Amino acid sequence: MRDFLTFPKGGIHPPEHKEISERLPIEGMPVPDEVEILLQQHFGAPCSPLIKKKDTVAEGDMIGKVTAGLGACVHASVSGAIKNIGTSSHPASIKAPSITIQTDRQAPPKVFEPVDWKNLPRDVLLARIKEAGVVGIGGAGFPTHVKLAPPPEAKVDTLLLNGAECEPYLTTDHRIMLESPGEVVEGARIILAILGITDCRIGIEANKPDAIEAVKKAASERSANGWRISVAPLEVKYPQGSEKQLIQSITGRKVPGFGLPFDVGVIVQNVGTARAVYEAVCLGKPLYEKVITVSGKGISRPANLLVKIGTRLSDIVDYLGGIRRDLAKVVMGGPMMGFAIPSLDVPVMKTTSGVLFLAEDEADTSPHGHCIRCGWCLDACPMGLSPNEIGIYVEAGRAEETSQFGLFECFECGCCAFVCPARRPLVQFIRLAKMKAKR
Amino acid sequence: MSVERIMWTVVVCLLPPLILSVFVFGIQTLFITLVSVASCAATEAVTQKLLHRPITIRDGSAVVTGLLLAYVIPPAVSFWIPILGAVMSIYIAKHLLGGIGFNIFNPALIGRAFLVATFPVAMTSAWLVPIRDFSIFKYAGGGIDAVSTATPLYVLKHYGMAEVTARFGSTLKIYGDFFLGWQPGCIGETSALLLILGGLFLLYKGYITWHIPVSILFTVGLLTWVFGGDKPFTGDPILAVISGGLMLGAIFMATDYVTSPTQPTAKLIFGAGIGILTVLIRLKGGYPEGICYAILLMNPLAPALEGWFRPKRFAPPKGAVK
Repeated sequence: MRDFLTFPKGGIHPPEHKEISERLPIEGMPVPDEVEILLQQHFGAPCSPLIKKKDTVAEGDMIGKVTAGLGACVHASVSGAIKNIGTSSHPASIKAPSITIQTDRQAPPKVFEPVDWKNLPRDVLLARIKEAGVVGIGGAGFPTHVKLAPPPEAKVDTLLLNGAECEPYLTTDHRIMLESPGEVVEGARIILAILGITDCRIGIEANKPDAIEAVKKAASERSANGWRISVAPLEVKYPQGSEKQLIQSITGRKVPGFGLPFDVGVIVQNVGTARAVYEAVCLGKPLYEKVITVSGKGISRPANLLVKIGTRLSDIVDYLGGIRRDLAKVVMGGPMMGFAIPSLDVPVMKTTSGVLFLAEDEADTSPHGHCIRCGWCLDACPMGLSPNEIGIYVEAGRAEETSQFGLFECFECGCCAFVCPARRPLVQFIRLAKMKAKR
Repeated sequence: MSVERIMWTVVVCLLPPLILSVFVFGIQTLFITLVSVASCAATEAVTQKLLHRPITIRDGSAVVTGLLLAYVIPPAVSFWIPILGAVMSIYIAKHLLGGIGFNIFNPALIGRAFLVATFPVAMTSAWLVPIRDFSIFKYAGGGIDAVSTATPLYVLKHYGMAEVTARFGSTLKIYGDFFLGWQPGCIGETSALLLILGGLFLLYKGYITWHIPVSILFTVGLLTWVFGGDKPFTGDPILAVISGGLMLGAIFMATDYVTSPTQPTAKLIFGAGIGILTVLIRLKGGYPEGICYAILLMNPLAPALEGWFRPKRFAPPKGAVK
């Protein structure tokens, strides 16, 4: 067997469950009657609305913009009338500002004119990405036009595309790489041109051999003229797709604590983000559609869906034939790092990678016990932290003292909680400790 | 994976020595063990009921304590001895210190230490000559006086190696008998073979690592070889590791998660400390066997070792606490 690249410390092998959806082609979901577009779908400040109630907007029109500070604009994902500017349920918090659009089904479909990007200067390329509201759609939603303009002292030499998709169940990156490898690689070339470098490595976990082949082919077709774009097959190990682990697996470099990838000469983008960059630059198409995986035993028909951003989960459930009787938990994102959500009113965001409808036998809801100090979480933690101690301190009301165990280096991958034999909610303890220690 | 699964797997790994003890010391060892396990479970249930805590006897940890407590009790004691030991183990050493995960000392060993201090005669003389003809009811009705003998370590300590071979046979016969389990001793400690097999299974399952047992056995073997004979470098390291409670303690007690450190280096130091203390007690102390007190003395050092040896951080920020 060939050797795949990987990171040395920690990591786990949770059941993958990707067989549920990995062979299902991306399917366009019909436009819902109404969409609800959150004004903050990115890292930074929320957008201010650019429209008023009862205005009519066309698909792709910019409807929200960040006036000051870090952020990314949002666009109408359907043509129609502004029904409301108010608040809605946000996946990660209780209420958040949003714009509701009533779909006009008579409106003509939006048509985009391809342009040849190769003659465009760097700042025009960046401006097109900014205008399209592109953010890192694999994770935290960091505005892409900001990430692609690192400070001049950063000596970036390598672009990494993240196609690891190490979260169980999720197959969106897999399908995007398999169905549109050319667009992913073209997006990589645009990013390389912006960064003024030539080397790109596309990390893909070995459980997606068809995607590895497809991207390899697309990369070799587009690697002439000094571009060096290649696939880095990765060992299947969670959290292979975590930024720091991915960088270590592929380049051997370690991003220092509280540092950023460009500190070690690397920029990382998700493969879906690369495709969004392609669409933004070559088609002028803003980021208002998203491929998501809908999976789990609790949904009648699992699927990889292309949906309008702002589509409510309730509409998705209706389209897929409803939920099953033994549904226990709805999770937005993957099972390791996603959030359990209490309501289906939540709309899809730019950073939504999937929605999981977990049945009773997929979601462990049994109560947790005391820490028995087995130390398994210490072995599992890819960052070398001490989740057991943080949990014990939090329970003892001493959360403020936990930064000695590396609290703020934790990126909440959930390996510790996965291996804990006492089923302790270690990630929740850590989130609580972070909140209390910041105060 | 769950605490329940770990504990019940340990229980299964501890059953072969119990079955063997019935054939070596008679059927009453089974009754003593059942009394010990039942007393531990009952003490846990009553304690948790009185403290208004959830009753967790189904997690198996009290059953493990019950088995281990019985295994370090001589095979000819009265039934009330394991009952008192169980109350001490579970009520005092476990629940008064906060319950599972918070006890500083190994509960079963605290139980034994209490019994040795309280009933020194029974706990140090209720030994039985191993049965070799399957007459498992031989000692069922008899008292301590009728059948008492001495353990190999007692003979070695007080009369020397020549007397050990005089009583138990040639060196080779001793190795064979003791390794398989035919030696006077506590109920569950006599068979190095079965204890090693149980330990290998726990190792295979990933529930324990090799560091603590290997470190203890190596240290005891080495120090016994150097200091255990009449002249330096003439001690018998093989006899040292297959007699007494060393194997049981090294594999099943010193590896207790709650009372031992988690990191490899800390585990090696922890094991070496237990080994050194064991040999010190065996050679210079008042007792023939030292593993029980050696583990109890190292238990409170586990949190310190845990603090001194942290996992290697991925890339801590500059100036962060190491």
